Amino acid sequence: MTTFEAILLTIVTASTPLLIASLGELVAERSGVLNLGLEGMMAMGASCSFAAAVTFDSTLMGVGAGILAGGFMAALFAVVVLGFAANQVGSGLAVTIFGLGLSGLIGAPFVGARRDPVAPLNIPGLVDIPFIGRLFFGQDLFVYGSIALTVAVGLYLGRARAGLVLRSIGENHASAHALGLPVLRTRFLAILFGGACAGLAGAYLSLVYTRFWSPGMTAGRGWIALALVVFAAWRPRWVLIGAYIFGAATVLQLHAQAAQFGVPSQLLSAVPYLATILALLLLSLRHGRAIGTPGSLGVPFVPDR
Amino acid sequence: MSSRTIIGALIGAAALALSAGGAAAQQQKLKVGFIYVGPVGDHGWSYQHDVGRKAIEKAFGDKVETTYVESVPEADSERSIEQLARTGHGLIFTTSFGFMEPTLKVAKKYPNIKFEHATGFKRAPNLATYAAKFHEGRYVIGQIAGKMTKSGTIGYVGAFPIPEVVSGINSYFLGAQSVNPNIKLKVVWANSWYDPAKEADAAKALLDQGVDVVAQHTDSPAPLQAAEARGKYGFGQASDMERFAPKAQLTAIVDNWADYYVERTKAVLDGTWKSQDLWGGFDSGMVVMSPFKNMPDDVKKMAEETEAAIKSGKLNPFKCPVIKQDGSEVECKGTGALSDEQVLGMNFYVKGIDDKLPQ
Repeated sequence: MTTFEAILLTIVTASTPLLIASLGELVAERSGVLNLGLEGMMAMGASCSFAAAVTFDSTLMGVGAGILAGGFMAALFAVVVLGFAANQVGSGLAVTIFGLGLSGLIGAPFVGARRDPVAPLNIPGLVDIPFIGRLFFGQDLFVYGSIALTVAVGLYLGRARAGLVLRSIGENHASAHALGLPVLRTRFLAILFGGACAGLAGAYLSLVYTRFWSPGMTAGRGWIALALVVFAAWRPRWVLIGAYIFGAATVLQLHAQAAQFGVPSQLLSAVPYLATILALLLLSLRHGRAIGTPGSLGVPFVPDR
Repeated sequence: MSSRTIIGALIGAAALALSAGGAAAQQQKLKVGFIYVGPVGDHGWSYQHDVGRKAIEKAFGDKVETTYVESVPEADSERSIEQLARTGHGLIFTTSFGFMEPTLKVAKKYPNIKFEHATGFKRAPNLATYAAKFHEGRYVIGQIAGKMTKSGTIGYVGAFPIPEVVSGINSYFLGAQSVNPNIKLKVVWANSWYDPAKEADAAKALLDQGVDVVAQHTDSPAPLQAAEARGKYGFGQASDMERFAPKAQLTAIVDNWADYYVERTKAVLDGTWKSQDLWGGFDSGMVVMSPFKNMPDDVKKMAEETEAAIKSGKLNPFKCPVIKQDGSEVECKGTGALSDEQVLGMNFYVKGIDDKLPQ
């Protein structure tokens, strides 16, 4: 394996959790719900998946538990913001605080345990292609899954009728409601999907990325995923690009430090943020369209009687 | 941050309820309180302080009672410290640099309570300070790294370019250089004390660029584990991390607060407690090397001898002359070595480190 390949592989690992979490958030926001609980849902996913994987000695069980944990937190959030039409910003922050605390409690007995690496899924024949073989055909299931998820979300929002319904609800829930579209039900499912994705991203962190659990290990990745959605102007393809630019810049700045170019490390640490903002800004300028903030984003919906 | 506040509030409430109920019954018991900056489960810094707390319970049984508050944000620590002071604690340990001012403030308000602050420099008649000379351990692991590297390039994952970390890097490098004069060192700053995923990426970057022994001054086992995954070597930080990397961990620099905590608790019980400042190294037992493993016998022997020499005072990692990167000699303010103040305020790389220190 050449250095070049090794760097690319590290970049994929750094980008995947951001991509998965961002896609989930994107769907929730397109339906008009701002879910600031992402960080807490990720943390729950990381701790529950690790606990389950160690208890049952099964990565698959771990992944399932991570998705369920994220979904469970999302359901709580949904009850509050949909059922009680509570303020979404406040509720989301509460979910983050709650999730970080609860994940620490659940994970406490598993502090210090470790898991063996998840084996990559090598596609026979193709994986041996020089340079790109390992990169494209020697990844773990999470990575393939995240790419498939990007395509699926793109098709769903852009081509499917259900996706159109979800978008119209996000744009103007009053009109959608008047047309007889199921606002609350659609939003509930969108929030669940977002939570499940956050849980999956958390599972990736503890099962693949670091392979141990420790409190607070999400270290702000949920917030970065949230920001990516905004900078990607709520478009799945751009989220993919943004996540990979962010991941690449994070890894490359570390390499730049190790290579001793003499650039201050504090400045290099800021590069991922600057590079991502710049890239997505250029993208949106070229497209020449208004940033597509969903019209009803963050506004509670109370059906009139 | 807010999760910590909630946990803190819950524990505070619990402590209040306890003290209200049993104040009279517990009059003879000494209550010892601890404030931690991180979660007890961080595998490192706060975890080791909690090991010390448990040692107090073990040593004195029902003569003492201990409490701790974990994940206390430094900026908002005064409430938590005062909470312990109000709930009948006779001895309070605050275990992070950032707790310095709040501890001093509360100590002035409660002159009858004894306070101990880790890694700070502000003292009062009822406020003592203590810290450990981790750079002594880093000299030993530097020598091991110098012997174990095949590529001739060793690496270091640092948290922030502050004196505590910089002196560790210098000590590590001087140790390596003493056994391998042509050694090269690569440093990567994670700009975080605790971000396991990023720490792992930092270690991977070093490994990708030809480093084959990685040391770290960040708090999670992630860099060590990255070395293990590549079949390379590393060192544990703050606590023995062997279970995370049984093949890669050569040794770990372990913070051992237990003896000190037991000793200071005993002093309070005996009525002999006095404010002091202790900066302990190998000799005080505050810095301990975990068993030397995964290395040939001659390297192990060398490491043990170096550890013994530092412990007995025969060897000082910063013995004069210490040469800066620009070739100038650092003024020798200690006896035969740099003074404690010089080490505590170190803001330069020594000659031979082929990199620029971010400032």
